[in-house]
Amino acid sequence: MSHPDTRHNSTPGSERLRAMLERMLLIRRTEEQLGADSRAGELPGNVHLCAGQEAIAVGICNHLSDSDYVGSTHRGHGHFLAKGGSARSLIAEVHAKSTGACGGLGGSMHVTDLSKGMIGANGIVGGGIGLAAGAALSAQVAGKGHVAVAFFGDGASSQGILPEVFNIAVLWKLPLILVCEYNGYSEFSASGTVNAGEIADRARAFGIPTEVIDGNDVEAVWTSAGIAIERARKGEGPSFIEAKTYRLRGHLEAEDGFLQAPYRSEEEIDQWRTRDPIPRLVKRLTEMSAMSDADFEILEAKVAAEVGDALQFANESEPPEMERVLSSVFVDQRP
Amino acid sequence: MAKMRLTQAINAAYFEEMERNERIVLFGEDVEVSMFGDTRGLHAKFGSNRIRNTPISESAMTGMAVGAAMAGTPAICHLMFSNFALTGFDGIANQAAKLRLMTGGQAQLPVTFVAAIGAGTSTGAQHSDTPYPMFMNLGGINIAVPATPADAKGLMKSALRGFNPTIFLLPRVRGATSGEVSEDPDFLVPYGKASVMQDGSDITIVAIGTCVHHAIRAAKALAEDGISVELIDPRTLVPLDTDTIVASVRKTGRLVVVDEARDRCSAASHIAAVVGDEAFSSLKAPIKRVTSPNIPMPYAPALERALLPDPDKIVAAARLTLAS
Repeated sequence: MSHPDTRHNSTPGSERLRAMLERMLLIRRTEEQLGADSRAGELPGNVHLCAGQEAIAVGICNHLSDSDYVGSTHRGHGHFLAKGGSARSLIAEVHAKSTGACGGLGGSMHVTDLSKGMIGANGIVGGGIGLAAGAALSAQVAGKGHVAVAFFGDGASSQGILPEVFNIAVLWKLPLILVCEYNGYSEFSASGTVNAGEIADRARAFGIPTEVIDGNDVEAVWTSAGIAIERARKGEGPSFIEAKTYRLRGHLEAEDGFLQAPYRSEEEIDQWRTRDPIPRLVKRLTEMSAMSDADFEILEAKVAAEVGDALQFANESEPPEMERVLSSVFVDQRP
Repeated sequence: MAKMRLTQAINAAYFEEMERNERIVLFGEDVEVSMFGDTRGLHAKFGSNRIRNTPISESAMTGMAVGAAMAGTPAICHLMFSNFALTGFDGIANQAAKLRLMTGGQAQLPVTFVAAIGAGTSTGAQHSDTPYPMFMNLGGINIAVPATPADAKGLMKSALRGFNPTIFLLPRVRGATSGEVSEDPDFLVPYGKASVMQDGSDITIVAIGTCVHHAIRAAKALAEDGISVELIDPRTLVPLDTDTIVASVRKTGRLVVVDEARDRCSAASHIAAVVGDEAFSSLKAPIKRVTSPNIPMPYAPALERALLPDPDKIVAAARLTLAS
């Protein structure tokens, strides 16, 4: 098997934590750039940012190889970068450039890198659940121990495809890890007003091994994911992880322009800022004597340079030509 | 050549292509029992890893078929009745039809959705639709509607060797029609190439699926009056061989399109519009459409028969066209 061997570690260790911090920072700084670009009117479409939720994408994808699959959501930048996609291809895509991950034809909600096993962000909130389950079926038939992860939110948990996939995944013992990023909101509605009961209980009802974890603690995510992924690789079927988290930005960056009143309180947002997974991880590494202030500054500078390079790359790239569209609808067939 | 029914021809295509490409999987509701017979024997031959009965969960089935295809596993997703495609429409309409474009051409989507279409057996309004017009409007998915066993086999084999998403529709009433079918393992029917089933000079009749058989009878009746019909079966609606249809109308100057779908935004109305655009100056009479009315299908057999296209309605439409 070509996947990273993390099976015998119950904790990630400082070196791995530093690597995960770098990925989380890359996601945060890349999205800060895209958020600024959005507010400046420099993007043609909307962006849904995952600031505050990075630990889940990174803690889980850290266990995966390019031959494992990830299905994502409209809020997919973090999953794309966590699965190994580059900042260049992400920023160029969201800027609708031909050098983007999807040649500028997909946009923020569809960032995909099949060479990395990232089978796509998806504009249908539960769309990635079915695609990931299908990728898990493919992995099962291929029989090489690869797995698929479906990321989705608490909003998507009330789409019918989720219990359908619970049922099939259990019956077929699919190598599938279902990860609910519970950020408390279904678009602009508080989760409790649109989701009855506990979402984790829905998975438990099908007999799926289920854990509810602190999604802002990358160590907890990494450890829980390791157990679930090992189970999937051994052919023991699906797992469900409900990772409690919070999105520090809105449902989409443009929402201040059309919402008549806020749907979340400043107190709530401030309270969650104190649980931001990135400072928490920095503090943890500092306590472990695994990172100094100077180390962190070096890391920040490295990430800033990567984002700056990616933005310059996007700015210098050409928009896609219509021919790219016409050749991208079908294989060997004009539309 | 072997004589077989349409569902047997599809069955043969599954067997041949699943033997040829051991990555192909097939799943759907009751595919082991096989209500229509087209998946009969596959489970015994290919086993539980590749042939899987599913729960009645069309959302998951269509989405998973696309996900498996994206991950390199060609998938046949058997939906039984085409109305059930609508309960699993996200996987077809939002995923299969759009993912190759949305990924900038990264994704190959060797996924084939199979479902029966058509009324005529009193299955009621929810098991009688001919929904290909809405599939034609999706933009990124091929649509096969074979009328003969040979075309069914050749079109299915082409779909399973290709890398594009396909909706493969079985005209249900004529599923029992027998015909000669090639046993050549490489017998393929291309997509986007209409079948000119009969050459003629007075009028062109384009018919789809079950309606091809109605049109054959209508053409015989018209021939008794000395009217020469050119009969065309498009076989695939996406891609649609408009060149063959337009060339025929340029020759005959008259067109009747026969389509069991409801008239509004039907395949027939699309074909009529294309011919109006491209062969207007050749037309000697208005184009006529023989379709179903814009209402759901009732259960009572006499009412159902009254609403559906049939040979008499095609003959009547042809005579109207020839009279003007």
